[in-house]
Amino acid sequence: MNSAGQARRGWMASGEPWIWLNAAAVGVSISAVLGLLMLIGAQGLAHFWPAAVQEVNVAGRDAPLLGEWVDHETVPLHQFLEANPGVQGEGLGEFVERRLLKTGNRREAPPDFRWINAHDIVTQASPIDALVIERTEWGNVYGQLQWVRFDGETTTNEAFTVLKRGLERATTLRDEIAAIESGIIKTINSELERLRLERRRAALRGGASGASSSGLDAREAELTVRYAAAESRLRDRQQALRRDVFSVRLADGTTTEINFGDALRAWQPNTMGIGAKLAHYGQSLWIFLSDPPREANTEGGIFPAIFGTVMMVLLMSVLVTPFGVIAAVYLREYARQGAFVRLIRIAVNNLAGVPSIVYGVFGLGFFVYFVGGAIDELLFPEALPAPTFGTPGLLWASLTLALLTVPVVIVSTEEGLARIPRAIREGSLALGATKAETLFRVMLPMASPSILTGVILAIARAAGEVAPLMLVGVVKLAPTLPLDGDFPFLHLDRKFMHLGFHIYDVGFQSPNVEAARPLVYATALLLVLIIIVLNLTAIMLRNRLEARYKSLEG
Amino acid sequence: MSERDTDPARRSFVTMPADDGTGVGLKLADEEVSVEVDNLSLYYGESQALKAISLVIPQKRVTAFIGPSGCGKSTLLRCFNRMNDLIDGVHITGRILLEGININDRDLDVAQLRRRVGMVFQRPNPFPKSVYENVAYGLRLGDNIPRTEMDDRVEWALKSAALWEEVKDRLKETALGLSGGQQQRLVIARAIAVQPHVLLLDEPASALDPISTLKIEELIHQLKADYTIVIVTHNMQQAARVSDYTAFLYLGELVEFDATDTVFTNPAQKRTEDYITGRYG
Repeated sequence: MNSAGQARRGWMASGEPWIWLNAAAVGVSISAVLGLLMLIGAQGLAHFWPAAVQEVNVAGRDAPLLGEWVDHETVPLHQFLEANPGVQGEGLGEFVERRLLKTGNRREAPPDFRWINAHDIVTQASPIDALVIERTEWGNVYGQLQWVRFDGETTTNEAFTVLKRGLERATTLRDEIAAIESGIIKTINSELERLRLERRRAALRGGASGASSSGLDAREAELTVRYAAAESRLRDRQQALRRDVFSVRLADGTTTEINFGDALRAWQPNTMGIGAKLAHYGQSLWIFLSDPPREANTEGGIFPAIFGTVMMVLLMSVLVTPFGVIAAVYLREYARQGAFVRLIRIAVNNLAGVPSIVYGVFGLGFFVYFVGGAIDELLFPEALPAPTFGTPGLLWASLTLALLTVPVVIVSTEEGLARIPRAIREGSLALGATKAETLFRVMLPMASPSILTGVILAIARAAGEVAPLMLVGVVKLAPTLPLDGDFPFLHLDRKFMHLGFHIYDVGFQSPNVEAARPLVYATALLLVLIIIVLNLTAIMLRNRLEARYKSLEG
Repeated sequence: MSERDTDPARRSFVTMPADDGTGVGLKLADEEVSVEVDNLSLYYGESQALKAISLVIPQKRVTAFIGPSGCGKSTLLRCFNRMNDLIDGVHITGRILLEGININDRDLDVAQLRRRVGMVFQRPNPFPKSVYENVAYGLRLGDNIPRTEMDDRVEWALKSAALWEEVKDRLKETALGLSGGQQQRLVIARAIAVQPHVLLLDEPASALDPISTLKIEELIHQLKADYTIVIVTHNMQQAARVSDYTAFLYLGELVEFDATDTVFTNPAQKRTEDYITGRYG
């Protein structure tokens, strides 16, 4: 054997290759995670940037196109020629570049996204007066502002300033309308519903007494009067909202009139400085975070989905923690250790491996139909046949996910209990503490970091679940949040929206793929961020507890 | 609880007239009985660990159990507060009378028994709580004690365990920050805070350095004025130093039990003499 071989053997025996291998594995994992975050971050966050609007003259088209570039791709020539049979491939090179232009105007001049071959572009300019209008329906409009009719007065000069003022007025009115709808009208409606149920309950009990019935009638009459007043106020606002109109000339030369009631925001990206763009970006992002969705979830925000996800995860944690801890305490402290307990432990560990959709089916069959149906018959007979709890809802979704994640909490709690030295337990018992006192005063506090570790893992798993939720409570669009100002404030029976399902819905069920795509990334980024925040909160809590049981006691 | 239990100030002034502190000239027959062990046998499953042991633990004296490893001295000690209950497959016959009550009775409230028979283990086992909370632990288990009284009793227990001066400024800090010797005295304070009648010490100094050991031994000397103390020890010099009476156990049998002076200077049994002089062990 030569000396180089010996050296190599020595290097192998030193264990250094393994260190390098480990480092490489860690490196690959970290770059994979960072790459994933960067991909969804870049794709999702770029969507809100007010990109420059281009006027593009394309060979073979009379009128120019107006819109913003959103994507581009390079296609091999042979593939391009196969897709475009009539085109001559001479002089195009080996690859052909295609660009995606968002031209908007979905109602006036569809389609709103067009692929344009780079070699077909004749001229390209960014007109200074290009205007983008975000509408409540039909997506963006790209064009040039012609005139604005505000309060009966038509303006053509300084029209953009007037347009801005009109939009501000519209926003104020829209806020008022929303406040009336979600405030007084919703309250009156829910009270009317409660009256109806009360009457029904009385009828079920057998014959309403005249006094209580007339009391109900009086209350109903009063509510109806209040409802009519609120409705007329609402109609006033709605009429006021539709008072003003403005006109936009589109790229193909036609003009279209847009009512202020249909327009949300307007901007001229080609004149905006970096500060204005940043402000616009922040506003867009805020709308995305704080508004409910519009247009089959492809426009507007995702606030109800954020809210629903957080509510569901919190409720799940509240349900799973006591359940898992009690089960673990029984298994570790009270059950006689033997073959049977071992069997249970194996079963619990295997529960964690059951596909989540199976839990969804179980939740639907057991919680929703069986338990929920029984609750309805016992507690809400007056609402039948409309189900109250006998239908998918927040409570059942949380319970199903609690069931899904309880093995993790059981296992980590058991480990935490097992790690407590025998001497500590004996020390407590020798002082005259009963087993239960020892558990509550010493063991569980000492095991609390482990319990929280289990909850952290449970949160990580539950927040990302979608499949079972589709069966037990998540919907595409929930009209109300599960938490609001109406008694009993937390509505466990309500259906809710969820970020994971929102991604699925926008990505697969959307009528407008190109418009939906950036929202899929943005929503995915948000889901990851929310899971991170929830986890960090739990981890910080655990670290505090760990520190407390290592050093300080308050 | 009797008056004796509730008045710590009074208790600490109680002295035993017959005790001159040296233990010389004591006679078992003169003593008041605290614990009486009557024909006690203990089995771990099939194997017998204690064989028909009968002895009397005198009140307010230090009784030492000595013997080689595995002779059953710790097992016997743990019979006095039923700690053997925690081990699966343990079976006990015979009686142990604590102040006249058979503690092996099935219906006995074990938690109550353990409040009257405190125990200190081989390794210090403070809870991961503050110094104060460690001492207050046993007190909090019982009735609701008002805060000021709790403070008084914690202070009294720490003073009784000769720890007060060292920890009075760090009562709220974690007990795990104390040294091993301090932790062991804290555990003793914790045990005496509930004012037991009997204090069981299971090799209390074997995990400590010589200076800490000395402090523990001095403490035992002080505590026997108020408590019946039973100590298990490997260290025969320690047994000779701290105890008034000594029981020598060998392979689960009680070989000899007498005043420490007698056992160490004039043992009745050859086996005792062999062990004490180091011929086996």
